[in-house]
Amino acid sequence: MRWTLWVPLALFTFFLGLAAYQLSQPKDDVIVSGMIGKPLPQFSLEPISPDRPGVSTADFKDGTPKLLNIWASWCLPCIAEAPHLESLKEQDVQIIGIAIRDKPEDVARFLNRHGNPYTRIGSDDLSAIQFELGSSGVPETYVIDSDGMIRYQHIGDVRAEHVPMLIQQLEAAR
Amino acid sequence: MTRQFLAWIAGLAAMASAMFAMPILAQSSTAPAPYAYQQLDDPALEQRATDLMHTLRCLTCQSQSIADSDASMAGDMRHQVRTRILAGEEPEAIRAWLIERYGDYVSYDPQVSATTWPLFAVPLLLFLLAGLILRKRIGRGGVADREGEGA
Repeated sequence: MRWTLWVPLALFTFFLGLAAYQLSQPKDDVIVSGMIGKPLPQFSLEPISPDRPGVSTADFKDGTPKLLNIWASWCLPCIAEAPHLESLKEQDVQIIGIAIRDKPEDVARFLNRHGNPYTRIGSDDLSAIQFELGSSGVPETYVIDSDGMIRYQHIGDVRAEHVPMLIQQLEAAR
Repeated sequence: MTRQFLAWIAGLAAMASAMFAMPILAQSSTAPAPYAYQQLDDPALEQRATDLMHTLRCLTCQSQSIADSDASMAGDMRHQVRTRILAGEEPEAIRAWLIERYGDYVSYDPQVSATTWPLFAVPLLLFLLAGLILRKRIGRGGVADREGEGA
């Protein structure tokens, strides 16, 4: 048996198998932020809602861990996560919102319809905070500890099963 | 018929965006960032920005560079690149800033690292192997020819 025949054939079959296996796997397109464990970058955002102040880095350094929720009124999964943010709020979690590329009237309509769990809402028209945070979509939720360090990133909408986990993360960030 | 089809498409789109928790069709209605579609006045700086934008991956569309994508986030990233270039930042510093946040994933200019070295090593190995096999074959052919001449 000649190895020059069998080795290439074995290699070819191996790559064929590898390709077939990879094709059968679900697509993993989640981009994890490299900013976890690092301090929240410096920023200052204007308010977008008349009854909520804007957001700056200093707001996260008052000694209590908080959630930073990246959302938008035009984002469908944000509607799905609204009741779960509300239940976090009812458990005394402070949620600071950043609205991405949004208009005041759209924000008002969204909060009217789906509730307002936020203590502050900043407006980011240029996705600048998303780039600073290493966030690649809406919605995303970050756990920021009492020193303003980024501790945890939740990608996608917050569902009922994520609520206890986020509370645990906040406890750990104390 | 058309209406039904449209409703079906809309339903499918809603389902898809709910499934992946990513705004696939949802785009904001605000105006694009100032430098999303506007070039820099200085052609040399614009060239630097464009060269960089062609090698940065759009984060929401994922198989396009930000130079090729119409996604709002790609527009915002072009704005970031152009304003940073205008402020005098080096293109490679901007790339490093993005890689720090999004990993190698965001760059279309792969660097040799602990995870990517096989990409660079395997072609070299295959070349070596092919060279070896060719040498063996040609070498043997030569011997056969000489034997033929001798007979």
